[in-house]
Amino acid sequence: MDDVAPRGAAATPNSLPRPPEELARLEEVWRMPRGIARITEYNNNLIGPLFVATALLFLLLAGVLGLIIRAQLAVPGLTIVDAGTYNQIFTMHGTVMMFLFAVPAVEAVAIALLPAMLGTRELPFPRLGAYAFLIYAMGGLLFYCSLFFDAAPDGGWFMYPPLTSKENSPGINTDMYLLGIGFIEISAIAGAIELIVGILRCRAPGMTLGRMPIFAWAMLVFAGMVVFAFPAVIVASTLLELERAFDWPFFLPERGGDPLLWQHLFWFFGHPEVYVIFLPAAGMVSMIVPAMARARLLAHSLVVMALVGTGFISFGLWVHHMYATGIPALSLAFFAAAGFAVSIPSGIQVFAWIGTFAAGKVQWKTPAFYILGFLFIFVLGGLTGVMVSVTPFDWQAHDTYFIVAHLHYVLIGGMVFPLLAALYYWAPALGTPLSERLGRLGFWLLFGGVNLTFFPMHISGMMGMPRRIYTYPSGLGLELWNMLSTAGAAVTALGFLVVLIDIALNFRPGGDQADPWGAGTLEWLDNGNYGPRSIVRVTDRYPLWSDPELKRQVEAGAHYLPMAATGRREALVTSPAEAIPQYVAVLPFPGWGHVVAAVGTCAFFFALTVPLVVEGAVSFLVALGGMIWWLWHGTDPGPMPTRTVDIGDGIRLPTHATGAVTTSWWAMVTLMLVQGAAFACLIVAWLYLWLVNGDAMWPPPEQGVPVVGLGLLALALYAAGAASIGGAAWLLGRASQALVVVALLLAMGCFAAGTAADGWALWSGGLRPTGHAYGAASFTIFAWQGTHVAIALLMAAYTVARALAGLLDGQRRLTMDNTMLFWLYTAGQGAFGLALLHGFPRLLA
Amino acid sequence: VSFRRLLPLLLLAPGCSGVQTPLAPIGDAAERIAGLTWLLFLGGTAIFLLVMGLLGWALFAPASLKGAFRSRGFVVGGGIVFPTVTLVLLLAHSLGVSRALVLPREERPLRVEVIARQYWWEVRYPDAGPEAVTANEIRLPVGREVELQLSSADVIHSLWIPNLHGKMDMIPGRVNLQRFTPTATGVLRGQCTEFCGLQHTFMAFWAVVQEPSEFEAWLARQQAPVAEPADARLAQGMRVFGEAGCGACHAVRGTSWQGRLAPDLSRVGSRLSLAAGALENHRGTLAGWIAGAQDIKPGNSMPAYGRSLGGDDLLALAAWLESLR
Repeated sequence: MDDVAPRGAAATPNSLPRPPEELARLEEVWRMPRGIARITEYNNNLIGPLFVATALLFLLLAGVLGLIIRAQLAVPGLTIVDAGTYNQIFTMHGTVMMFLFAVPAVEAVAIALLPAMLGTRELPFPRLGAYAFLIYAMGGLLFYCSLFFDAAPDGGWFMYPPLTSKENSPGINTDMYLLGIGFIEISAIAGAIELIVGILRCRAPGMTLGRMPIFAWAMLVFAGMVVFAFPAVIVASTLLELERAFDWPFFLPERGGDPLLWQHLFWFFGHPEVYVIFLPAAGMVSMIVPAMARARLLAHSLVVMALVGTGFISFGLWVHHMYATGIPALSLAFFAAAGFAVSIPSGIQVFAWIGTFAAGKVQWKTPAFYILGFLFIFVLGGLTGVMVSVTPFDWQAHDTYFIVAHLHYVLIGGMVFPLLAALYYWAPALGTPLSERLGRLGFWLLFGGVNLTFFPMHISGMMGMPRRIYTYPSGLGLELWNMLSTAGAAVTALGFLVVLIDIALNFRPGGDQADPWGAGTLEWLDNGNYGPRSIVRVTDRYPLWSDPELKRQVEAGAHYLPMAATGRREALVTSPAEAIPQYVAVLPFPGWGHVVAAVGTCAFFFALTVPLVVEGAVSFLVALGGMIWWLWHGTDPGPMPTRTVDIGDGIRLPTHATGAVTTSWWAMVTLMLVQGAAFACLIVAWLYLWLVNGDAMWPPPEQGVPVVGLGLLALALYAAGAASIGGAAWLLGRASQALVVVALLLAMGCFAAGTAADGWALWSGGLRPTGHAYGAASFTIFAWQGTHVAIALLMAAYTVARALAGLLDGQRRLTMDNTMLFWLYTAGQGAFGLALLHGFPRLLA
Repeated sequence: VSFRRLLPLLLLAPGCSGVQTPLAPIGDAAERIAGLTWLLFLGGTAIFLLVMGLLGWALFAPASLKGAFRSRGFVVGGGIVFPTVTLVLLLAHSLGVSRALVLPREERPLRVEVIARQYWWEVRYPDAGPEAVTANEIRLPVGREVELQLSSADVIHSLWIPNLHGKMDMIPGRVNLQRFTPTATGVLRGQCTEFCGLQHTFMAFWAVVQEPSEFEAWLARQQAPVAEPADARLAQGMRVFGEAGCGACHAVRGTSWQGRLAPDLSRVGSRLSLAAGALENHRGTLAGWIAGAQDIKPGNSMPAYGRSLGGDDLLALAAWLESLR
């Protein structure tokens, strides 16, 4: 089994006893800053619980909005709030629940637990994780406060144009959504990159993919889905904001746009979003069930396949939300089939959990109750999900309270109950345990309340009640069901109150971290700020079950890297599949850079919303300054004085690495996938608008095709820029710094000139962004490329600065390598855009 | 959850009118969908009870009686084989229903154009001619296939008459078609189901399925010009209509008032509701609506005339409108 330790290795990687000063040194290095500087700390032991608490705060804030909705609908004809306020309230209820509670909550649990579960001291980009948390917390609270200024979005959480166009929604409410939510999505993507690289590269030695805990699998699929799905909503928001702010028509049919373009883009994000929320929760369940049943998870590999399969299938389901838009009924059959298919992975998981319960003996404690409540509610919601993917039935159920019932069953059942199970299950791992008595009381109130609230909605929907109405007439048979729902909402609120009281009375972070359940995975080892005392040599899926001695060994420091070898904070980087130790990554100390950047980013986006131009520009510079400061200090520290470290088992690892083995390279590649997904959305939008308009209107008579000569010039300059940056990277360490700088400057000149030629080709070809969707879509592709070039130039300038400051050489070359990757991507993207904009209309002609 | 089996009983309980529910179909399309709906409800209930039963067995049965649960075969059988078989059958059946719903039956169905606006419905009968216009009410003859031609003049709306068919969106720049045949007479309620702005809630209408002869008479009456009233009180109302400028937005057939921004009022007195289902329709509500449209349905396009019209003029106007039958 043991494929990490060399043959004949000692029983433990390091010998006992450990030198007494070792632990003191570890604690010293990982000590959190005190006082105000505490906010510069990025340690997951601090950020994780804060992140979870913030997500729970948004659950309450959005829940209060839900209570107002239920109060208003208690009886027919009530107007506790007027129509305009009600529309803001239901829009914010959905928006906050989806974007500020559900997605961040699962990401928060991952930040809090994954490092311990994977046996690492820290995730690879802790400052990025802290930045993602800070912009989410600050931006989310600002966004929520728009309610108090009558400035909250009021078009429903999916914001269909043309209701949300400038003409029909002239206020800033819609901009608040597009910009506010748009940038909070950036936080989700930053978190996803952190998780992907962390899960693949920071697992304890020997934790092969086959031995990786299910929750890590779920978060890996989650993060992969975020990378491909979230760019679609960012692109959609950007297009709508361009239309609103600059009159570029994308969704206005009179100028070649199409309202359905928004729906395709939004739901290409929106449907995977449901599984983005559910899969991590399913991952939590797959961790909790074995512990509560004291049995290994049945059919572990099938459950992993189910998670991955759900991730893929969920991208084929977006048209489920568009059955009534007039898409031909028989082409809807494909999507109905995909909808059926996605229920199979859920079936696999449900039966695996039932089987695991059967294999063990259940501990009847609060987490088990929440898991059973989850199964009841989720299975019911899953079955109504199959119903609404049946096209003819959905024509009746769509946009009624039946859908409201369905989505609350799957989201509350599929996500909130597992999250509450997780709260009760993992509280002892993060601090002190919660009360069993209050836990059960809260569970029964919530279980009863949720069913009482949402089950009657199936009936009110079938009795003809559409969603998003602020009142309803008497006499349609809706009174009883609405009254029951409102009563249920009150019980649910009481249930959450009990949970809150329990947390307030009993939960204290830190604590003695005892394991009351006898669980088998690594998060139940004692963790300090430094993570585990030593990094476990993993030989099993449930290491604490297979080796009863393990806990004592690890906590005594007998496993890998029990010291701060370089005198800095460190994380052990391992290979992605087999988790073979590769190098010791040196992490930065806490600093103000990412904090300043987060404040600047928030201020920038909210200044854009109002809009305040000068304040926006200043905030932008603050954010940029913060990011550069953050990168300058701590990223790419170069070779350490301690060149190599013996981590145990005689494994000697370098403390510095370059190239494709580094986590930094992996993060850059992941970021390029995000960029590529967004660019693909723009291309698809361009082609979709061509299909809607037809060949004769593409380009429309008053516009032309881009000038081909200028296009070829742009192509040549992009290629030259890419070649120069490649040259600079090659020269680094081989030739003088001056030559490297010259090559970088040459590359910058090529890209700048290439972009000018690229844009000029469009303008002189007669394209205009405001007249017709053709011009708007073409200029958007150019603007996207232009933005990338601007970032590329900034990165190159930063690289020049690093070179001039003597922080760049043949060894310390991470900045150069990442800049080059981004440049190559940008050049390729530019070439693709040129081929489309110049070639495609000519092919049509 | 066996609760669901009681659903039909509960739904037909006294107090439920059944005028806006897919479960009381009076059209061929809605009947097909209702059949599918009951199949889904009953099948779903059975599967739910089965899974909960298995869960209960896994938790409480003695260990000796649940050996089969602990195998990979249990997961494969329950999680893969069973749903695959069930869902393939369901897919085949639902495709059959879908297909039956979109197959046209009559070569020349009765065409009805419905144009949605924030927050009301314009309804035209192009087969009868350009004068056959009404608003916020769709009348149909029983037994004849109908083709609804659905479009929007501003934002996305969705038309739903659940007793006749499912929803169909009304999207700017497109015309969506929906076909069905009403199978019984009745008065049904329909409603906008795509959130369309401030007063989405009050964008409803009545759909009336009539005997063909009644329908033809109604349709002829819609197209007849409105005559000058002989009664002095009604004549005063008609004069007020002109002086207040109502004709800039509203049309009245046979007069110079031909506005198309707001509902055609030629036969407004005969309609079952006012302001797209927001109010009953009689002289009192007409006067109240004209005086306080912005209090009753804030944000709709109808200005409030409570300040500009005197009480006597207001009542005369309401009386005249009520007489337009």
